[in-house]
Amino acid sequence: MLRKLHGWPGLVAALLLLVLATTGVILSVVPAIERAGATIPATGQISVADLAERVVAHYPGTEQIERSLSGEVVVYYSRDRQPGADLVNPLTGEGIAPYQPSAFLRWVKNLHRSFLLDDAGRMLAGGLAVMMLLLCLSGMFLLARRMGGWKAILKPIAGSGSSRIHAELARFAVIGLLLSALTGSYMSAVRFGLLPEAAAAEPSFPAEVSGGTPAPVSSLLALKNVDANELRELVFPYPNDPSDVYSLSTTQGSGFVDQATGELLQYQPRSTGNQFQHWMIRLHTGEGLWWLGLILGMAALTVPALSFTGIQVWWQRRSTSVRLGEGASIEVADVVILVGSEGNTTWGFARDLQNKLNQAGKKVHCAPMNDLAKRYPQASVLFVLTSTYGDGDAPSSASQFMTRLEHFQANDGLEFVVLGFGDQQFPKFCQYALDVDAALSSKGLQQVNLVTRIDRGSAIQFREWGEAIGEHMGISLALTHNPAPAATAEFELVERVDYGVAVNAPTSILRFRPVQDRRNLWQVLSFRSRSNLPSFEAGDLFGVAPPGDNTARLYSLASSASDGQLEICVRKQTNGLCSGYLHSLEPGDRISGFIQQNPGFRPAGGATPIILIGAGAGIGPLAGFIRKNTDRNPMYLYWGGRNPQSDFLYQPELGCYLDDHRLTGLNTAFSRSAEKAYVQDAIIADESALRQLIEKGAQVLVCGGRDMASGVSQVFDSILKPLHMDVDELRAEGRYLEDVY
Amino acid sequence: MKKILFALGLAAVMAVPAYAQAREVTFSTQLSNYGGDGAYLALYLTDADGQYQETLWISGEKSKYYKHLRDWARGSGLNQAEYDGLTGASVSSGRTLNVTLELDDALIDSGYQVRVDTAVEDMRDNRSDVVAPLTTEGSGKSVAGRGYVQSFVYNLK
Repeated sequence: MLRKLHGWPGLVAALLLLVLATTGVILSVVPAIERAGATIPATGQISVADLAERVVAHYPGTEQIERSLSGEVVVYYSRDRQPGADLVNPLTGEGIAPYQPSAFLRWVKNLHRSFLLDDAGRMLAGGLAVMMLLLCLSGMFLLARRMGGWKAILKPIAGSGSSRIHAELARFAVIGLLLSALTGSYMSAVRFGLLPEAAAAEPSFPAEVSGGTPAPVSSLLALKNVDANELRELVFPYPNDPSDVYSLSTTQGSGFVDQATGELLQYQPRSTGNQFQHWMIRLHTGEGLWWLGLILGMAALTVPALSFTGIQVWWQRRSTSVRLGEGASIEVADVVILVGSEGNTTWGFARDLQNKLNQAGKKVHCAPMNDLAKRYPQASVLFVLTSTYGDGDAPSSASQFMTRLEHFQANDGLEFVVLGFGDQQFPKFCQYALDVDAALSSKGLQQVNLVTRIDRGSAIQFREWGEAIGEHMGISLALTHNPAPAATAEFELVERVDYGVAVNAPTSILRFRPVQDRRNLWQVLSFRSRSNLPSFEAGDLFGVAPPGDNTARLYSLASSASDGQLEICVRKQTNGLCSGYLHSLEPGDRISGFIQQNPGFRPAGGATPIILIGAGAGIGPLAGFIRKNTDRNPMYLYWGGRNPQSDFLYQPELGCYLDDHRLTGLNTAFSRSAEKAYVQDAIIADESALRQLIEKGAQVLVCGGRDMASGVSQVFDSILKPLHMDVDELRAEGRYLEDVY
Repeated sequence: MKKILFALGLAAVMAVPAYAQAREVTFSTQLSNYGGDGAYLALYLTDADGQYQETLWISGEKSKYYKHLRDWARGSGLNQAEYDGLTGASVSSGRTLNVTLELDDALIDSGYQVRVDTAVEDMRDNRSDVVAPLTTEGSGKSVAGRGYVQSFVYNLK
């Protein structure tokens, strides 16, 4: 609901808001420009009487003196029966330039407040202001939900692409936009009588004046008592009309001044309501508040970008919302897929799963989680594919799921599998999937396997999950869905260093150079530049798809953008399609690939000791971290290979790093040498030193195969036991990171 | 050019019920291209000394801006009763306002003057932009304004 409230008005209003925002930006600098050009006397320096005297000395036919809130003073006068208007210096009364309000700014102002359409346009502009108010408020609530509460609203925003840019910009601009929208709505409501207009306390013209001989304006007491900076307007009496008076209007109130006695007549202070209204207008226009004007202008400047990214997010959401039919009915389905999705990406995965299950002869029913039925009479497996919204909340198509689950009756032996989709950068990665998993378990359903969590729509993780599930169900389940094939760029192999051929583990360090190509305008506009050739750090991922295959494999990068090349370390797998392809490359060959950020696998900064653990090709990003450790923070590497003579990857480099103290300690283990040791053994051998490091707050980063990683985490659990800690605890603190394949 | 024609005989007769003989008068006020937003105008009668007598017509819908029609505002005291039923839309730059009213014969050739005050947002206010004696002789003779009014003419029927 909140999302709809934010989306539809936003879309409709985007174009018109662009006009309001652009004109608003132009108008916002006016107070600052006026202020810069104005001479402002010190408070108490000159009175209105002094000012009037000096102006009249230069303009004998003065009819009216006006001071804008920015400090500009304008005199309206008659000379030889010809009217004129000049900007004057308030200190001397001398003319500066003819006063000619800019026709362009007048046009911009009218475009801003009425789209050049008078009252109808004003109504539209007012409606847009209200809509902007709604957008700001609903957007703030959406952001708070995304961030996991109002307290977290200023924390760094996770995620990527348009939606992140939208959130970052909006967070920066929302206060300014809210103020503009609120004051604009107010002004419009007053204009159209929806809110009461504060009675402008107009003093009535004095019934009697002294009628004496006019005194020089400099001698009039009522004008002497007002500081020139408080003046708004002074209208002179008609020459030769003793019954006429001066009309005086100041920031405080207005009244009349007897031209003979200098007495203040019929003075009316501004009412509170009038002052409020006046301030609302100033807060909208920045009149006399040039700094506020600039702030509001900067906020308005984000509107085009917000509109653009907002429409992009909306479009992405919409274009991925194509759903397959539900398939088999609830009564006959033997497999049920329930989908929890916020941005609709999860539906793509569900559709693939549904297709492949259909191909395997299953009768599949597919529905949003909110459509959970009371019973699925024929079902034997229930799949739940769900993302997580914000801080562990249900995505929109699952908002009612937990409530409906209370009334759910499971068949005997109904199995379930939960697949979570999320982003490791979020603190509660796939939390909702975990909650659903627990809830289904407690309903008595049979859990097939633990929740699998797919990080940022990884096609590989999805495929692997499919293989495992297919095996369990006794069918072949070749899942191929790839949510967003990233924009690729071309890279040329410049160098390869080969290791491990002798021990049957051919592993190569491959170095690529980006082939510069020009980004087209659409890529620039749609922030595609990121995936085309973004900046990257060691530990980020390089995606490559082998020829004839759409599924990209991700390799951890061992270099940073500042190295000017992409370095990956690849072990050639038996029958490996992609690793075989990469190993077949010769210097000069070109491949296409993309970079995917992986901020969840980076060493903590500062003096925190870092323990790097890897085996085989997993050394790649770890070597990259060490190379970047020019601050010489304590870094320890534990690495396992096969044979020191054959596959000791990065051996020369690691020697250099030890010499220049980028690497503090190196422990290796070789399984096909005399010692016959694995990296776990090297860790156990160094147990007490590692425990001390952990006590000092050290962070552990593990990179390598899955089996090695689980072996290492077991070893660490035993090392941590005396400290009454375990790996999960470290993980929760962000001190135990894994990059596992 | 769009001409606006107002026939407000009844209102005028109600305003001056004591007079027997009424005469139709058309006032044409052509504005110059002053290059601003729509102008507010006040057409009113004064005596030979410039003392306010009665309102003929007010152009401009927002009464909160009427105070900028300064002489008229002073004379009429901004009393709504003075201009009730005698108002219309503001007049754009370069356009002409035509107003036809029934005036009592006694007002003509009796030393009365027609005056026009003008005001435009963010621009100067013009007191007595036009001053024209209301005489049989003056009928059909164009008078130049000194503010936003290019020319002013009235025609007695």
